[in-house]
Amino acid sequence: MGTKDKEGFLKQFIVYALLICIGFIYLYPILHMLSTSFMTLDDLLDSSINWLPSSLNFSNYRQAAGSMDYWKSLVMSVIIAGVPTICNLISCSIIGYGLARFNFPGKMICMGIIIISYILPSQVTMIPTYVLYSNLKILNTLWAFVLPAIVGQGINAPIFILIFWQFFRQIPKVLIEASKIDGAGYFESFYKVALPSGKPAFVTVALFSFVWYWNESYLTNIYVHGIGTSSTWTSLVIQVQNFATNYSTYSSTAVSGATSLNESINMSGTMLSILPLLILYLILQKQFVESIDRAGITGE
Amino acid sequence: MEETKELTKAEKKAQKKALKERMKHLKSGKLEKRDGRMGLFFMIPWFIGVAFFLAYPLGTSIWYSVNNIRTLPQGLMFRQVGFGNFTQILQSDPDFIVQLVDYITSTVLSVPIIVVFALMIAMMLNMKIKAKGFFRMIFFLPVIIVSGPILTMLTEEGAGSISAIDMNAITGAIQSFLPPMLADPISDLFSNMITTLWYSGVQILIFLSGLQKIDKSMYEAAKIDGGSGWECFWKITLPNVKPMILLNVVYTIIFISSNSTNPIISLIQTSMFSGDREKGFGYAAAMAWLYTGVIIIIVALFALVLMTRKDAYEKQVKRAKKAQKMEVRKRKKIERRNRRNAKRIEHQRAQGKITSRTTTRDEY
Repeated sequence: MGTKDKEGFLKQFIVYALLICIGFIYLYPILHMLSTSFMTLDDLLDSSINWLPSSLNFSNYRQAAGSMDYWKSLVMSVIIAGVPTICNLISCSIIGYGLARFNFPGKMICMGIIIISYILPSQVTMIPTYVLYSNLKILNTLWAFVLPAIVGQGINAPIFILIFWQFFRQIPKVLIEASKIDGAGYFESFYKVALPSGKPAFVTVALFSFVWYWNESYLTNIYVHGIGTSSTWTSLVIQVQNFATNYSTYSSTAVSGATSLNESINMSGTMLSILPLLILYLILQKQFVESIDRAGITGE
Repeated sequence: MEETKELTKAEKKAQKKALKERMKHLKSGKLEKRDGRMGLFFMIPWFIGVAFFLAYPLGTSIWYSVNNIRTLPQGLMFRQVGFGNFTQILQSDPDFIVQLVDYITSTVLSVPIIVVFALMIAMMLNMKIKAKGFFRMIFFLPVIIVSGPILTMLTEEGAGSISAIDMNAITGAIQSFLPPMLADPISDLFSNMITTLWYSGVQILIFLSGLQKIDKSMYEAAKIDGGSGWECFWKITLPNVKPMILLNVVYTIIFISSNSTNPIISLIQTSMFSGDREKGFGYAAAMAWLYTGVIIIIVALFALVLMTRKDAYEKQVKRAKKAQKMEVRKRKKIERRNRRNAKRIEHQRAQGKITSRTTTRDEY
């Protein structure tokens, strides 16, 4: 008995040690970013200061926020991520319900197309879509993101359709039949029976869609922000991408006496851009972490 | 008598007609058909989406890829070049080929690392440990903040690898005893270890929820039969999470491919908006198709490897079946020999060579 207990202890110890080590490695970039963002220029140059800055210096944040036009970018980011997410929720739930609840000819083909459209990179359809948008005159507007999302072709929409499909499939058919006997039509049974019981799927899709749209820089750059002719739309991630140029124009025009770009300001800008999502995650982390479990992605 | 018979006949005819008339409204499977129609109705948005944002762009993209397209103020000017774009990319665009080879090697190397790492972490989190929620939160955190520009910024500022570990020593060691073809991507991988590991947040959760679905009594039964932890892993855990491995591999490949730190997709973008006469939309479309082909090949390769690989349990079952077959064959052989011997003895007895029963074998 004694040896077994000892073995168990050793095993536990190793597991904890590994988890803590890997957890530290995981957090390292964020901690590094956090500590660097508070450093003054002197702290950066001082080789004896590694982690703790000599004083909490918020001027980096002020300058970075000024150059990023922070509040405006933040609001735009929320709109760019939020509106397509709502469209995704509506369209993908309808499509997922259609796939889960009904049998119709060619259903397997539809599933196949959904999976293939996930594997195909967006670059292959990007160029004709770009031309299409410019013909429709919706390039550099939010419509370029909203329109595909309405018809279930947004970013990573195949995953969301499959999540809804998986979830609505688990609803017992008896429930829907019972509602039918009580006189509910197809649409009534959808939004009075299926939708309320599909709440976990909605939470999952809403969170992931929001995060993925928020972090998407490539397509946002092409469709919404604009490549050559810069539109009024921008997002925090795009602002980080163009941080150096933004900062140089800001420091040359600003009356605030901005210092030249350095590591700390870079890191404060990056920190500022991830801060909203970080706060969202800290509040909703339980929903995030358990979302995959509840949505049943791993179901058969 | 005859009259009544005729009457009944007429009546019967009428009845039949009426029944037929009624059956028209009661066709079997009508509800199913209506259900099917409703299903198609719910799918209408998707059909529209596929037509406008998948089928049309795909078709047009093929058409673009065989054209040289110039953007003029009046609109797009097409000039057919056949496979000119493709041959030009493959023959005279060194950037693209180099990036593509880099992409292939780094994907093939990092996908197994990410998936195995995710499985390891998930198994550790699945044990009886305290603060499980906290660790889960940490390992999922990167999913929230991982995006191209942020990652670029972090690696530029040296936060992509830990300064405490001397990465130069490791990469130097690797480069000294591996051919440069392999050494470069591997040392790249080491110097960006954190960002590589950061990609495994979703995979960890998928594995974790898969592991939680495994019946605990299986492990108990295995333990009673004397199975070690190592054996339990190969014979219970791995076969049970096998479908999730494939899922995670595909997810990882697609994630890496569409991540905006990927140099190829930025190359496609720059050539799309390049003012170069030779480049432009057509050239970029051809590039995108080549890239798509490579991605599909990589996905197919991994799927093939994972689907044909038999796990330990299946192997054992096969071996047992083989042994059983051998046994049956052996028994049949003995039976046949016995029958043959019995016949021979019978024959000899009939000839009078043997008088008494000498063998007991023929009673088999």
